[in-house]
Amino acid sequence: MTDSNTSLSHLDLETDKTFLDANELVINMGPQHPATHGVLRVILRLDGEKVLGLECVIGYLHRGVEKIGEHRTYAMFNPYVDRMDYVAAVSNGLGYCETVEKLLNVEAPPRAQYVRVILTELNRIASHQLWLGTHALDIGAITPLFYTFRDREEILKIYEKYCGARLTTHAFRIGGLQYETYNGFEREVKNFLDFFRPKIDEYEELLTTNRIWVERTKNVGKITGEDCIALGVTGPVLRASGVKWDVRKAQPYANYKNFDFEIPIGENGDTYDRYLVRMAEMRQSVRIIEQAIDAIPEGPIMAKVPKVIKPAVGEVYHSIEAPKGELGYFIVSDGSTQPYRLRVRPPSFVNLQALDLMCRGQLVADVIAVIGTLDIVLGEVDR
Amino acid sequence: MIEKFKSMYGSGIEALTYVGQNYITVDRSLIPEILQILRKEEQFDYCVDLTAVHYPAREKQFDIVWVLYSFARNQRMRVTTRIADGETLASSVPIWATANWLEREVFDMFGIRFDGHPDMKRILLPDGWKGHPLRKDYSILQQDKEWVQINLGIESGQ
Repeated sequence: MTDSNTSLSHLDLETDKTFLDANELVINMGPQHPATHGVLRVILRLDGEKVLGLECVIGYLHRGVEKIGEHRTYAMFNPYVDRMDYVAAVSNGLGYCETVEKLLNVEAPPRAQYVRVILTELNRIASHQLWLGTHALDIGAITPLFYTFRDREEILKIYEKYCGARLTTHAFRIGGLQYETYNGFEREVKNFLDFFRPKIDEYEELLTTNRIWVERTKNVGKITGEDCIALGVTGPVLRASGVKWDVRKAQPYANYKNFDFEIPIGENGDTYDRYLVRMAEMRQSVRIIEQAIDAIPEGPIMAKVPKVIKPAVGEVYHSIEAPKGELGYFIVSDGSTQPYRLRVRPPSFVNLQALDLMCRGQLVADVIAVIGTLDIVLGEVDR
Repeated sequence: MIEKFKSMYGSGIEALTYVGQNYITVDRSLIPEILQILRKEEQFDYCVDLTAVHYPAREKQFDIVWVLYSFARNQRMRVTTRIADGETLASSVPIWATANWLEREVFDMFGIRFDGHPDMKRILLPDGWKGHPLRKDYSILQQDKEWVQINLGIESGQ
């Protein structure tokens, strides 16, 4: 690469002397690196093993999703959102559909709301499973990866049966759902819950009191609640720092207010607490699905939405609690069939900004742990 | 809050609501002061998002939008202002640290500069790229051919 993205000017590299003295060493990590979960490039400034600061270079997966949004109709853009956070495609779709519904002033019927919540919470579990497997792998625990991928497959099977796709599901439509649930949907989801409940204990058995795991994660990548808020960090990272905030509770969307669940929080804001918070979140998701699966009402699955979606002139910001944090959409309508402006507020992009602060003073090896604990998806960072 | 602003600044502020969401449009000159007050006095401590919208037909071509949230009030609000092409805005990084990358993205996509930003450069596109893709006059098929040819060694990226 000859582009000037490689410029290190702001890293205070005053003279070559610094290099010769070996006081400060600048190392490039990525973009092709197994522990960056995609194509993230990090320029590290080191003093021996200690990290003095770092800079993220992003954009390698930039596909211009927001520009594409301006050139597609509202319905046509729906599958594109799956390709941002591709491990939590269902959450992306929920946020997008709800935002357009808000713009149209329609609401999905109750039956659709319940199915949406079930699929979205299953997706939260799947996303956390993938995070756990890869994060543990980065730190050196190989076994959890096989466990979590084995169990995640069960969720993907439910998706495949429901809408034909495992990952980029395009499960929801503006106004509700395209597909009725398949025969035996409730039973299979319940079977999954019964299967999965002991699996969380199994994961925890592998890690929670594992000495190596605790050594590698306790007091690593600490961040305070105030810093999280200043940096706009949301999701499990914010909650592990002791801030009890979740969009599902603070500003309920879909029909989350019907369900009884807790917001797990941590105390220290370190990598270990973020691990505990996500484990507890999986249990809470199981709780939500348990309540929802028995309460799915009969009725239509699609609201009355015109064939050609043409919202009135106006602008709307709406956000949901995606597995990674607050996922928002800001849509400006000019009254035509295509959004005039479609902005995505991606949680991964904003959370990644905290990497510098979280890594300062840590060891090089901990950078890997901190990238993992932030749970970023580069497809969403770069859009 | 809105009444207080109106009595303080008069016609520079307009409060609007659409589908139950509140937003205020503020004159560009009042922006630094209003944002400061929102953060310090009105407890909007979380800058959710910062973005822009391009209206090429207008004299003041750009809408800049701040999406704010207050943990204490559990309330969302949007602040909007209009600026012309080439005009700059004061950076809000001293108010919300999160604005750093968000302002860089606005610069990258729209070419709007923020005065006093610690590191005003592109973030998603490469530094040498020409053009700002989210402007309406930038075609969806357009790309910086020269950059592609020099850096990727191919005739075209399409």
